[in-house]
Amino acid sequence: MTHKQAVHTPLFEIFIRSKRGLDHKHVGSLHAEDAEQALEYARDCYTRRSEGVSIWVVNSRDIVASQEEDAASFYDPMEDKPYRHATHYVLPDAINNM
Amino acid sequence: MTDRKDDLVNYVIALGDDSLILGQRLSEWCYHAPFLEEDLALANVALDFIGRAQMFYDYASQLEKGVRSADEIAFLRDTRDYRNLLIMELPIGDFAFTMARQFMVDAYNYLYLQQLLRSTDKTLAAIAAKATKETDYHLRRSQEWVLRLGDGTDESHQRIDKAFGELWGYSAELFGMSDCETALLSKAVSVDRTALSADWTKLVSETLEQATLKIPSDDWQISGGREGLHTEHHGHILTEMQYLQRTYPGLEW
Repeated sequence: MTHKQAVHTPLFEIFIRSKRGLDHKHVGSLHAEDAEQALEYARDCYTRRSEGVSIWVVNSRDIVASQEEDAASFYDPMEDKPYRHATHYVLPDAINNM
Repeated sequence: MTDRKDDLVNYVIALGDDSLILGQRLSEWCYHAPFLEEDLALANVALDFIGRAQMFYDYASQLEKGVRSADEIAFLRDTRDYRNLLIMELPIGDFAFTMARQFMVDAYNYLYLQQLLRSTDKTLAAIAAKATKETDYHLRRSQEWVLRLGDGTDESHQRIDKAFGELWGYSAELFGMSDCETALLSKAVSVDRTALSADWTKLVSETLEQATLKIPSDDWQISGGREGLHTEHHGHILTEMQYLQRTYPGLEW
C-alpha cells in the first residue's frame, strides 16, 4: 500500500459545466500533483471536444460519501411516507392550477 | 529554392516546418508519457502543432497555385529542403529534455505570434490569431513543468538542468534572420526575430531562476536550420514520418 501511494499522485474528481446556465456535472476523475495541474489535465482529458465552458476539480479525499451499509437506515424509512410527495394529495376541484 | 519571388512561399513553409517537426517529435510520446494524463496532454499539444503546420502548408500550396498540395510539401521533401529551426528536430530525450525544449520554444512562439498577429499578410495574421491561444496554454504548461522539475527532487533538478545545458546553444538560432524573412520585413509581412531576443531571455531567465536552475552559459551556438543545414537527427524523423507516402505514393487516408 505504501508503495502504491508513492507512485500515484492524488486523485481529483472532475466536474464540467457544458454551457452557461447548466450545473457542473461529474465526468470522471484523474491523477495530478495538485489542483492547478488537475485543472489543466481536466482541460486536456475532458474538454478536447468542446464539452465545457467551466471546470471544477475537487480532491477526491475531500469527498465524504454515504456508505452502502447505511442504505437501510438512510433510505428505507422514506419508502412508507408517500405523504412527502405532492402527488399524494388530491386537490379540491375548486383549484384548477397549482 | 531561394528565388526572390518565392520569399513568401519559403517563409510560410519554414513556419510550417517548425510546427510539423516539433509536432512529430512530441507525438513520439504518445503511449510513452510518464502517466496517462500527461500522455493525453502531450498528444494534444502535438496535434496543435500538426494542425498549425497544416494551416501554413495549405497557405503555401495556395500561394503556389496548387503546384504542390499541403501533403506533398510535408511528405515529399528531403532534409535539405526543410527549413525548421534546429531545436525543433532534436530527439525527445527524457521527459525533462522534452519539457525544457518545449518551454524554450513556447516562450519563443509566445513572443513570435504576438508579432505575427500584426503581419500585413491577412492569412498569416489569421493563423497567428488561432495559434496564439494554443501557445498561451502550451507556455503555461511547460513553464509549470520547468518549475516542478527544477524545484522538485534532486533527480528531476539534475535532469532538467542538464537538459537546458544541452539545449542552450540552439537558442541563438531562434533570433537570427534568414534571407526571405529579412526581405519580407520591409513589407511588414514577417517578424523581426532579432527584436524578440531580450524579452525571451528575460522570460526564460526569470522562470529558470524561480525553478532554482542556473542560466546556462553562451559558450557555444549552432544554427543552419533555415538554410536547410540540419542535424543528423532530421533524416531519421523524415524516414519515419514520410514512410507511408514514400512506400505507397499518393495513398489517401
